[in-house]
Amino acid sequence: MEWVHKHLPALIIMVPLCMGLVTAIIGRRGAGWYMAMGTTAATIAMAIQLLVNVLNTPGQSITYMHGNWPAPFGIAYVIDPLNAAILVIVALIAAIVTMYARKSVASEISVGKLHFFYGLWLFCITGLLGITITGDAFNLYVLLEISSLSTYTLVALGKDRNRRALTAAINYLVLGTIGACFYLAGIAYLYMATGSLNIADIAARMQDIYATWGTDSPQYQKTVIAGFALMAVGLSLKLALFPLHGWLPNAYTYAPSAVSALLASTATKVGAYAFIRVIFTLMGVDFAYHLLRTDVALLISSAAAILFGSFIAFRQTNVKKLLAYSSIGQVGYITMGFALGSVTGLTASVIHLFNHALTKGGMFLALGVVAYRVGNTKLQSLAGLGRKLPFTMGAFTAGGLGLIGVPLTAGFVSKWYLVSACLEAGRYELAGIVLVGSLIALLYTWKVVEVIYFGKRADDAAPMREAPLTMLVPTLLLIGGSLYFGIDSSLSAHIAETAARFVLGGTP
Amino acid sequence: MQMVLDYYNYWICVVLMMIGFYGVMAKTNLIKKALSLSLFQTGILVFYISIGKVDGGTGPVTVEGATGVVYSNPLPHALMLTAIVVGVATLSVAMAIIVNIRERYGTIDEKDIEQMELESNE
Repeated sequence: MEWVHKHLPALIIMVPLCMGLVTAIIGRRGAGWYMAMGTTAATIAMAIQLLVNVLNTPGQSITYMHGNWPAPFGIAYVIDPLNAAILVIVALIAAIVTMYARKSVASEISVGKLHFFYGLWLFCITGLLGITITGDAFNLYVLLEISSLSTYTLVALGKDRNRRALTAAINYLVLGTIGACFYLAGIAYLYMATGSLNIADIAARMQDIYATWGTDSPQYQKTVIAGFALMAVGLSLKLALFPLHGWLPNAYTYAPSAVSALLASTATKVGAYAFIRVIFTLMGVDFAYHLLRTDVALLISSAAAILFGSFIAFRQTNVKKLLAYSSIGQVGYITMGFALGSVTGLTASVIHLFNHALTKGGMFLALGVVAYRVGNTKLQSLAGLGRKLPFTMGAFTAGGLGLIGVPLTAGFVSKWYLVSACLEAGRYELAGIVLVGSLIALLYTWKVVEVIYFGKRADDAAPMREAPLTMLVPTLLLIGGSLYFGIDSSLSAHIAETAARFVLGGTP
Repeated sequence: MQMVLDYYNYWICVVLMMIGFYGVMAKTNLIKKALSLSLFQTGILVFYISIGKVDGGTGPVTVEGATGVVYSNPLPHALMLTAIVVGVATLSVAMAIIVNIRERYGTIDEKDIEQMELESNE
């Protein structure tokens, strides 16, 4: 037990990684799901234990050195309140969606490929957890590619339902690889300037470089700026920040239901985390926001994302695509929070990351039930389902209210923090945009809810039962969670604020 | 002109990357697109390898008894071994998806696929 505790940061990556391989080899005849479920359950236990450990450690930071190589030479895993919180989010969503996946995936993917599916599923989760936990810039790239490569394949596996999954996957692959390459090139520039790959070590050496910039002989000025620009563009592509969101709508729409739910609630969130890490820890706020004014570009992109994403969502007739465009808008809220650069803003980002993961994940799961029972997710197929699938559609509606930000839902809490952060910074126009975004969210949610409850179901439609329990329970868990954290936000807000204070170094 | 000659290694990788980038954006044939993506990655590989070179440096192998020897930096080379593996994996996933596209659509040209999707209106 002592041994497990000591090596927890490595185990949380190694267990899903090894189990992914094992599952792909021997997970035939339905065994794959049990292995994935057991692994994700173990992962969530480890993630919660890590969060507790970090919050109880003086200094609130744990460094784990692989193979006992000291930090700048070996690969270090660094856990602080911010990434411990993200680890819990990813592990929690992964475990709940895996529970759901069994029936949903079996109905969408041919039986002979199920063990490969769950193998890739675990690799994807490994990559996402790894990006979050690693303290090494190059290691982050490798884990980014592990999660991306498995995601491309998972999206492409939606081909049995609709062949457009294949074109969505190749499009995602091309854009995702370009994004990762930009990030890789960015690291090369920083390596030229600092000679290090460890994030904490780069950050420390960067201070010496900044110190020379005010003098007559500034060192590496162009190198560092070019490196940061490349990394920022690469990561923006990964987190689908407007206008680099092109890959997202089709990938989410045509992927298998469980994959859409996992991606929507974890992949973009982890991208946002990596971006926060690069801006606040690696480069420092002074450089990124005060010298380069990246915050202006980010705020414009976020505002455009909120308005554009929500508006295009309103015009969709496929509900899954509607949710995908809504995700682009929601990413805008997250980036707007940390672009403000204040403790409140960063708190709003982290808390929205969590709340949106629960809400959107739950909505995609509810929609997966529709795909399971009806066969497609077109708007007209949802007509009158409010009476046929009362719990599922109730969950969907509650999730929709969360997207709008109605009080007593988690969405309200995060928007409250975001609007306070905007007002605190004196940016009234941004607060206005957040409110307009919520208004458009009201329109697109109403558009679906109206069809669900007031639409008329075709008279000759086949009889239909409520979703099977293994699909209903995860859906209700996620949506119930989003309602719980909307009513009692003390836990989520406390962790988000601790994380924000830690990242900003305690100075508000 | 002097600038081009002085930094010829950077120019090589910029030119490689831009040829790749152009191919990714402008070509409609998916195989050509995937190969261009590979070229784009190769540009970055060359960049990493060239920054590992130290002026007057020799191979990073310790010579017994020798003092004052300058070694080239082997770390970027080691990193690129990983990046090459990632590149190969990306290319093979891309090819696998393209094979599937050929089976389902009967073509690997993006324009034709777009046309088919507009007509079928799925």
